[in-house]
Order: sequence, then C-alpha cells, then structure tokens
Amino acid sequence: MIFYHFGKYILLLKSVFRRPEKASIYKREIFKEMVDIGLGSLGIISIISIFIGAVTTVQTAFQLVSDLIPKSIIGSITRDSTILELSPTICSLVLAGKIGSSIASQIGTMRVTEQIDALEIMGINAPGYLILPKLLAGVLMIPLLVIIAIFLSITGGYFAGVASGAVTAAEYIQGLTTDFIPFTVTVAMVKAVIFAFIITTVSSYQGFYTDGGALEVGQSSTKAVVISCISILVADYIIAQLLL
Amino acid sequence: MITAENIHKSFGDNQVLKGINAEFKPGTTSLIIGGSGSGKTTLLKCMVGLHEPTEGTVEYDNRNFTTMNFEERIAIRKEIGMLFQSSALFDSMTVEENIMFPLNMFTEQPKKEKLERVNFVLERVNLAGKNKLYPSELSGGMMKRVGIARAIAMNPKYLFCDEPNSGLDPKTSILIDELIKEITEEYDITTIIVTHDMNSVMGIGEYILFLHQGQKWWEGSKEEITSTNNQELNDFVFATKLMETLLKK
Repeated sequence: MIFYHFGKYILLLKSVFRRPEKASIYKREIFKEMVDIGLGSLGIISIISIFIGAVTTVQTAFQLVSDLIPKSIIGSITRDSTILELSPTICSLVLAGKIGSSIASQIGTMRVTEQIDALEIMGINAPGYLILPKLLAGVLMIPLLVIIAIFLSITGGYFAGVASGAVTAAEYIQGLTTDFIPFTVTVAMVKAVIFAFIITTVSSYQGFYTDGGALEVGQSSTKAVVISCISILVADYIIAQLLL
Repeated sequence: MITAENIHKSFGDNQVLKGINAEFKPGTTSLIIGGSGSGKTTLLKCMVGLHEPTEGTVEYDNRNFTTMNFEERIAIRKEIGMLFQSSALFDSMTVEENIMFPLNMFTEQPKKEKLERVNFVLERVNLAGKNKLYPSELSGGMMKRVGIARAIAMNPKYLFCDEPNSGLDPKTSILIDELIKEITEEYDITTIIVTHDMNSVMGIGEYILFLHQGQKWWEGSKEEITSTNNQELNDFVFATKLMETLLKK
C-alpha cells in the first residue's frame, strides 16, 4: 500500500514539472501563493519562535547548575539548538498544520466539486497549474520564515534570559558569538527547503486524490498534516545523519 | 463527429460499461439517458478522457483519442467544452475571470478582445452585466449558464453536458435545454448531453441513446421513444406520473 501511494506520488510530481501552458499566469499564481504562505504564516511563526527561544534559554539555565560551566554557554546552546533543530523543524511542523491542511482542503474541494476535471477538460495540466506555484512558493518562503524564526528565537532567548536573571546580556551575546559554525545555517536551510517540499507536495497529493465529498476533504486534510509531520521528522533525522 | 466503439469500463470487479457503440453527429443534440448507475456519466467521462476505457476506442473526427499521447490530447481538449453537473466554476474567480480563464491560458489576444468575447458569450446566455459576480452570488440556473458561457468561450467543436438540468426548476431547465440546442445548431457543434430528465428528452432529443446495466439498450429519436416496445425503456420513460398521464390522454 505504501509503495502504491509512493508510486502515485512520484507520477503526480512528474506531471507537476511538465512545461507550463503560460508562464505569465503561473508567475502570477506563484506570487499569490508566496503571499499566502509567507505573509499568512508570519504571525504564528513569530509568536512560536519568540517563545521557543525564551523557553530554551530558561530551561538550559535551569539545567546548568555547575559553577564550572560558564553562563555564556546558555547563549551558545540556544543559538545552536535554535538554528539546527528548533526553528527549521518546529516551524515546519507548525506550517504542516497551517499550510498543509489549507492546501489539501483547497485542492480536495476543487476535486470533489469537479473544478479539477474542468481544468483538465480545458486542456490545462491540472497538477502543474495547481501544485507547481504552491511548491515554488513554499520552497522560497519557508526558508525565509525559518531565517526570521531563528532571529526571533535568539532574541526571545535574550530577553527571557536577561529578564529572569538566568544570564546577563553580555554573557548571552558572548555565548552567541563564541565558536559559531556557519555551516549550521546551511543545514537549517537545507532542512527548510526539504521540509517545504514535503509539506507542499504531500498535502497537494492528499488533496488531488480526494474521492467523495465534504467528509473526505476533511479526512484528506487530516492525512496531509499527519503524513507531512511524520515525513518531516524522518527527513530531519536523515539530514542530520548525512550533514552533521 | 464523435465515435465511440466497443467501450468497456470496469472499476475493479465492477463492470460499468459493456461494449457501447455510438455515433454522435455535428449540429445534433444527442442525449445519453438511463437510470442511476446505468453508466451514462462513465461513458461521458470515457469520451472526454477523464476515465480511461478498459477496452474500445473514442474518435473525434477520425482522430483516435484513446491512443493519443498527453500533448495530442491537450490539443483535442482545446476543441472541447464541457458543462458539469455542479457547474464546476472556480470559486475564487468572478464570472468574468471564469470565462476569461481558458482565453488567458491559450490565446494571445489583447485584453480588450478577450473582454469582448466574454461579454458576447455572457449576452448569449442572457447574463449580460453579471461579469463581476462571484459563483457564490449566483443562483443554480445562473451558474449553469455561466458554465455554458465558459464552455463555449473558446468556440468548441464538441460540447459535453453532464446533467445540465439537475437541481433546476422545470422552467429554468427548459431555458438551459433551449440554449444548448440553439448553440449546437448555431455553431454546428457536436453536443452530447447526459440526462435523466424526460423534459429534455422530449424537448431537444434529436438522437437518444438509452443505457441499461452498462449496455446500449436502445437508440432513436424523441419521436420514436414513446412508441417503442422496449420494456426497460418504457419503464424509464413512463416512470413519472406526468408522462403516464400524457400518454393516457
């Protein structure tokens, strides 16, 4: 069963990458999706990121009770865990819920109301027209959201650490700037791009092959979120193994 | 002309179509009728390529649609217009955008010309001035008419209609039927309508194909349909009290 769906998913992707009928229309759709995915998710990503950074700082400080360990290490730990794991992965899991369910229900509704059939009858490559703009917008915007999330998490950690007295501003900044490995940002970006691909394509697949009515659209939406989340976590492990 | 030859279609073990042969002529309104589950919509979907027939061929003016590759099918589909049972209008677009969509996709006309075409087809379906409304603001009959307008926007050679009267009151149904018939004759289109509405059959049925249990059970014209001895067809035709009463009279 898994192989059947995987094969169907690969065939759908093949159709997605067929030559677009008219580039200008696709371009317009991509910008529309970029606004939906990027700007539409900025609020929730900002709130989550600030709190992730704050909690990471406070909890790291709580666990570092030894006087032998400099407090500046709190800044380093917050920085690395935010860049390497928390921002790309947690943000992508949240986006899988927000964007993934939206994509699956949008495409699923189009399927059950025959709008996808209408596109195909007109001679339009429906997978390309519906999925490609979402995929490109996701791959462009989600890494940007992750960069913003990293910045906000570190800032949130700074304010929480200083406000709680767990670490001074100077110690935190010293921790941030000590032993920084720029490659961690590359890993975060690789993760963000791959997670964006997973979220948009898995959700589109679930929506595109919805069969039935309103109930099935809801089920597709739920499946899209669940499968995207699991796939993100599996991909997260594989990327960590390969790149670190 | 559209020719369906020996069309079979199965979904798993369920054999829905069992060797349908039919010829649909240009300028003629052809109706595919039959009870629920008789295979009408499946036959229509096989003809437009939304379903792949298990066996058999569909030809558009001697061009074998069944064996065509993706690009060749796309070319044929530009000659097809289809009205869906649910109208299938794009929710996020206005009436004007819906009709202009295929024009934007496949033509290089300036916007002014495209707008003129939109206004022309809207006028043709008696919806002039409704350009800026969204599908959610339209009644069922208006949605069907916008569906027809969108289907004819590209001057199709072939028009397919899946239950164009479903959910409409008898008066609006007649208006839609007449509109389809007028357009068919005016532009010499090959029109195929799937319906179970006897008003449509008696009103516009020039060629009627009756399907029963996935097989072609009867074919003929509206003049012949009431005088046939085919039991299943009679059961279908005279199922309504209205038809029964009319026949008695």
